Amino acid sequence: MDAQTLDYDFDEEGIGFGEPLTPEVDAPAGLSLGERGALTLVGLGALSLIVQWAGGPLAGTWVGFASSFGLMFVGGALTFWLASTGTSAGIRNDGTRFRSLFARGTAGWIAGILMTGFYVLLYWYPETLGHPTNGAEPTGLVRVVDPLARLMTNSPASQWFLYGVLYTGAIAVFGVRMLMKYRHNRYQQIRTLSVTFFQAVFAWFLPNLLLYFQKPYMEFNGVWPLKYDYLWPDKIGQLQEAGGLGIFLLFWAVVVALIATPVLTYLYGKRWYCSWVCGCGGLAETLGDPFRQLSSKSTGAWQLERVLIHAVLALVLLITAVVWSNHHFGYLGSWTEPLKQGYGFYIGAVFSGVVGVGFYPLLGNRVWCRFGCPQAAILGLIQRLFSRFRITTNGGQCISCGNCSTYCEMGIDVRAYAQRNENIVRSSCVGCGVCAAVCPRGVLRLENGPPGDRYENADKPLVALVQSLQSTEIHGYEPWKGCPSDSDPVRQSS
Amino acid sequence: MHVVILGNGVAGVSAALKLRELQPAWEITIVSGESKYHYSRPALMYIFMGHMRYQETKPFADSFWAQQRLELVRAWVTRIDTSEKKLELHGQAPLGYDQLLIATGSKSNKFGWPGQDLDGVQGLWSLQDLKLLYANAERARKAVIVGGGLIGIELAEMLHSRGIHVTFLVMESSYWNNILPDGESGMINREIRAHGIELRLETQLDHVVDDGTGRCRAVVTNHGDEIDCQIVGLTAGVSPNIAVLEGSDIEAGRGVLVDGNLRTSAPDVFAAGDCAEIRAKGDERNTIQQVWYTGKMQGEFAARGLAGKATGDYDSGIYFNSAKFLDLEYHTYGLVGRHIAGEENLYWEHPNGKHAVRIVYTDEGVIGLNTMGLRWRHEVCERWLRDRISVDEAVRRLEEPYFEPELYFRHEPFIRRAFSEALQQPTEGAL
Repeated sequence: MDAQTLDYDFDEEGIGFGEPLTPEVDAPAGLSLGERGALTLVGLGALSLIVQWAGGPLAGTWVGFASSFGLMFVGGALTFWLASTGTSAGIRNDGTRFRSLFARGTAGWIAGILMTGFYVLLYWYPETLGHPTNGAEPTGLVRVVDPLARLMTNSPASQWFLYGVLYTGAIAVFGVRMLMKYRHNRYQQIRTLSVTFFQAVFAWFLPNLLLYFQKPYMEFNGVWPLKYDYLWPDKIGQLQEAGGLGIFLLFWAVVVALIATPVLTYLYGKRWYCSWVCGCGGLAETLGDPFRQLSSKSTGAWQLERVLIHAVLALVLLITAVVWSNHHFGYLGSWTEPLKQGYGFYIGAVFSGVVGVGFYPLLGNRVWCRFGCPQAAILGLIQRLFSRFRITTNGGQCISCGNCSTYCEMGIDVRAYAQRNENIVRSSCVGCGVCAAVCPRGVLRLENGPPGDRYENADKPLVALVQSLQSTEIHGYEPWKGCPSDSDPVRQSS
Repeated sequence: MHVVILGNGVAGVSAALKLRELQPAWEITIVSGESKYHYSRPALMYIFMGHMRYQETKPFADSFWAQQRLELVRAWVTRIDTSEKKLELHGQAPLGYDQLLIATGSKSNKFGWPGQDLDGVQGLWSLQDLKLLYANAERARKAVIVGGGLIGIELAEMLHSRGIHVTFLVMESSYWNNILPDGESGMINREIRAHGIELRLETQLDHVVDDGTGRCRAVVTNHGDEIDCQIVGLTAGVSPNIAVLEGSDIEAGRGVLVDGNLRTSAPDVFAAGDCAEIRAKGDERNTIQQVWYTGKMQGEFAARGLAGKATGDYDSGIYFNSAKFLDLEYHTYGLVGRHIAGEENLYWEHPNGKHAVRIVYTDEGVIGLNTMGLRWRHEVCERWLRDRISVDEAVRRLEEPYFEPELYFRHEPFIRRAFSEALQQPTEGAL
């Protein structure tokens, strides 16, 4: 043994490997002329927004709207577009684990606090954003989107209209980022176009059109129990009173929740909703994409996830049952109101909004979807038990590198399955397809197929459940299990 | 029974886990001086590039080892004493064993180039090398990589991602051309250059130039060109890491010599993975296998031997491998580029130069498959080769191994048309 080797005594666990210190390269620094121009647009838009928020001129005019949000959205989309031109298409996660914003550094914490703060203001102090009270005119930030609100809804802007503009704008702008980042990957491109379309049309344009005609508000891609009140008596009553259109909306809500959900999940897995249609999923897959590596892969997080998400599901089912029985029998009188409001406050606002989105830079982009969403829980149960969807693994090609697990936004330890050549049939998988995209060895593939052979090399749900209740022991490690060379004759002939 | 496994790479760890399964009660200790826990060696590059943190390259949670009752010892072994059945450890008390598995992996080749031991000159194999690269990258604006193999292109990609200008010296007339046929090799040449890495073919290292302080300043090639650089990456292949055998009576050749059961010349001592050299039966050459999956397979096979449950000789089955050359994924199965007597090749390449398929066949059927920028299913490829299906049948069944992500463009109709046309034309010399 040479002396240099014997000298090596490095605490890779404690010190680890951070960002290498490299000197500034001689090449002209990072940004091209076009990118600088695009970023200037964003800066000008932000400046205009601040001036208008502070009550400056142009607020409440079309010029004001275009010079603020308009410039920011166009500039942002252009920046992402130009940043990718001239580079070759492929997986570019260089530096992701070093950058403060994406590695829970100072910038990440600042972003998390700002985003969380915005949600707190939005939900509980909307007047600070300029939300009109007592029939007054909107002011501040809300006033900036007022012309668009009057055009789309024929009424003054509210804090929720502002939120809709920001939400849809974020999905569109960061959707451009996704389209460019994955311009070599048609699955990601089509999926991104899908979430952008459903947000823009189903969750934003059509609901505002309903408001324009003074009909009850409804997001067409919103499904009970994610939209918990869509099947509660109040909403249904409201819809029934709204004439023919209301009946259609009621019909739509029932069909989506009770028929489309099980049928489409059987055919395609929960991804048809979570990463193709859903608004929360849409934001997570676009604005949230840069934060996906922050989701915890620990066994503890997995255990918490299983308890929490099913607890929320049980809670919403219970409340729905209570409000309906009270609706018919009235034995609780108005006592169900605090129940409904409590769920709306703690689950609807705090969990899905403040924590779910505000904590993107701290806990990853799917906190709500993973730990809280009752719709995801239902879809997950169907996916685990009655679905054609699975992720298959490619023989012995896995090198256990861990890119798949690192970039799984749902915190699934994909590698644990891939290195054992097991199919991945997990209730939480939203089918975003990023594990397959980042795999450097082409090991993973999202597939729909006959449910019968789905559990090849994997545990059947009941067996897995019993095992997980019996012990906390991690699966035995059989890296070669099921690989073509080593599989038993019975399996080969079947 | 106390089994000690020397090395916590994929071979050692695969052996430990298989042995735990076969012998639930035995005491198993894994010794490594490199790292406390097993990590995925092929993922070293992703740590440097910032795709993953070191912790994420560990295939098992830290709590896993205690659950499996696998004891981990962080130490360098300085000598193996086969008569006393103990390992002498650097700075620690000796460790006794009843059975020993040597799984020490590989080390980077150095071919006696003048200046090869200067500061800033290094290979890329271990965590030590990665730590060294961190230090070397601090002062580097330019790097030269010597040797056009898999590690060379990874190191080039790593340094390039940090904004360091990379010059890549390749001895052959085209990248990895001793393994890859011209078509695939040419694609990679173009890929390397498209990324802005300077590729110099038919160029070898002559010597490394000292800056006067014991650190590299430049390299001089065999053509007499001097290239300024602050890092020299030596990636001209790897060879078995058998330094630990010094002072022991275990027989070694290029690697630790083992029989078909992976037993060494010493009693109760096995070897597996990159460091093992399997003695040939007849006139053939001894075998050294240095890929990821053979490390797994040899480790598991050795575990059966350690457990007293060995069956037959080690057989790695039909060869396969994969790699990613910058953005180009590559998979190979069976015999490609081996110039087998009577072999014919069908090769299709997409006009955009990003996708290719090669089928190698003889009169007896298909013997090898290559794909570039296309994902095919391992199981199907292996079945085709095992069954020796005819080339016509392979062309007919082109859709069967499809493993690309959903919604991707399908290339099979174009591949089939190209291959059918090629098959209809009588090949030169065939008649």
